[in-house]
Amino acid sequence: MTFKYIDNKSLSCLKVVVFILALVPLCRLIYGGFNDALGANPIEKITHNTGYWTLTFLLITLAVTPFRQLSGWQWLVRLRRMLGLFAFFYGCLHFLTYLVLDQFFDWESILKDILKRPYITVGFPAFLLMIPLALTSTDAMIRRLGGKQWRLLHRLIYLSAIGGVVHYWWLVKKDLSNPIIFAAVLALLLGLRLLFWWIQTRNRKAV
Amino acid sequence: MKTIKPPVITSSEITPRELFYARRKFMQMTGGASLAALLPASVWAGDKLASSKNPHYTLPEELTPLKDVTSYNNFYEFGTSKESPAKTAGNFKTRPWTVTVEGEVKKPKVFDIDELLKLAPLEERIYRLRCVEAWSMVVPWLGFPLAELIKQVEPTGNAKYVEFVSFHDPEQMPGQKSPVLEWPYREGLRIDEAMHPLTLLTMGLYGEVLPNQNDAPIRVVVPWKYGFKSAKSIVKIRLVEKQPVSSWMLAGPKEYGFYSNVNPNVDHPRWSQAKERRIGEFLKRNTLMFNGYAEEVAQLYAGMDLNQNF
Repeated sequence: MTFKYIDNKSLSCLKVVVFILALVPLCRLIYGGFNDALGANPIEKITHNTGYWTLTFLLITLAVTPFRQLSGWQWLVRLRRMLGLFAFFYGCLHFLTYLVLDQFFDWESILKDILKRPYITVGFPAFLLMIPLALTSTDAMIRRLGGKQWRLLHRLIYLSAIGGVVHYWWLVKKDLSNPIIFAAVLALLLGLRLLFWWIQTRNRKAV
Repeated sequence: MKTIKPPVITSSEITPRELFYARRKFMQMTGGASLAALLPASVWAGDKLASSKNPHYTLPEELTPLKDVTSYNNFYEFGTSKESPAKTAGNFKTRPWTVTVEGEVKKPKVFDIDELLKLAPLEERIYRLRCVEAWSMVVPWLGFPLAELIKQVEPTGNAKYVEFVSFHDPEQMPGQKSPVLEWPYREGLRIDEAMHPLTLLTMGLYGEVLPNQNDAPIRVVVPWKYGFKSAKSIVKIRLVEKQPVSSWMLAGPKEYGFYSNVNPNVDHPRWSQAKERRIGEFLKRNTLMFNGYAEEVAQLYAGMDLNQNF
């Protein structure tokens, strides 16, 4: 069994499974919230957790294309939209946690943070950049924009992911071990794209 | 009405004053000795510690629950996450334990921890604790002023600073296997800060011996400075002439200065220090100058530029 092709029914099942798995982090937070299991500083816990899963889903989404090219599993691309939307979903939760739970609509502090705190200066636009991608994720929007334009627009995810990793790197006090892992995975995923692009252009020249 | 006639006590029946006090003293001594023989020689985490409340150091604010004080700890010796010290400090051995006090002193000495516990009467003091990460707690600590210990060793005129060195053993403190900080953990105070009556040599909290994850068995608490300035699991106290370099100063010289006084007007380069989240509260509080201890300590820094000396 090579998983090179799967039928529509299996793909639908797979989508349901991925959808449920992607909600596990949220369910754990909700369960923890109702059972006093989020520790002494629940707001910090929720902020860190939703941020962690935003970045994780961004990287999983970015892994689809290189993995598809390496494995030949073309159907993987049909999971990509859902994975990307989950990155946006956790990004929204992360931002709302900051806005409501952490700052409680203290607009003055928020503005100062965006202007003065480098990790927020870079994290905020990284989140904003995901909004046009989510809005243009429907089939109708892909048709309206045309494949070429749509692909160009959706390259913004590279900036969003880089901004997200830098945001994490700049906010930790001293222990960089987690940000380093995210940065290494992101570098690998972007590096593979460059490699594929280079091989492609070389082959084209050879022809 | 019935009247009661007090019985007549003849002078021969009265115990002479000297005898009365001698007997009392004898009872106290033997009583104390037999009690000491019954009890184990030293106290362990969770054991009760006798102390008296110091009425000068209470706060109108609510105490942070013991559960939060013992499960949310920045103690990198046991890992960098707040939860890990409570999970990984169980095997940390706090007995036998000695604290060496040396350097610019006339009478250097190695103190046993159980001797230190009896050096001065333990007081309970309720202090605010403000972490450099902009969260805070209110903790009832047990200890006595660090000055009591320093006086015992008689500092010389050259003793301008005090350096604290924490315990180092990666086998017991798994966090030390990571080079996240320069080990052993070092911290320092100016001598007048160390001798200040607020600076507490601390052996307990919430009426009990310090739990391992709360920097057992002996630490200092310097309530007007960010939490990391309060040295933990201390094994050595050195009185020195030159300003010591702390582990956090080495880790980030632009972010962590020698003084590290709580100051809402001087931000950490990467985040604001104007407000803090009190553990257990939803809305942030305004951070107070010198963590609310300005009246007692502001004069220590008179004329100093606190932006430069952060």
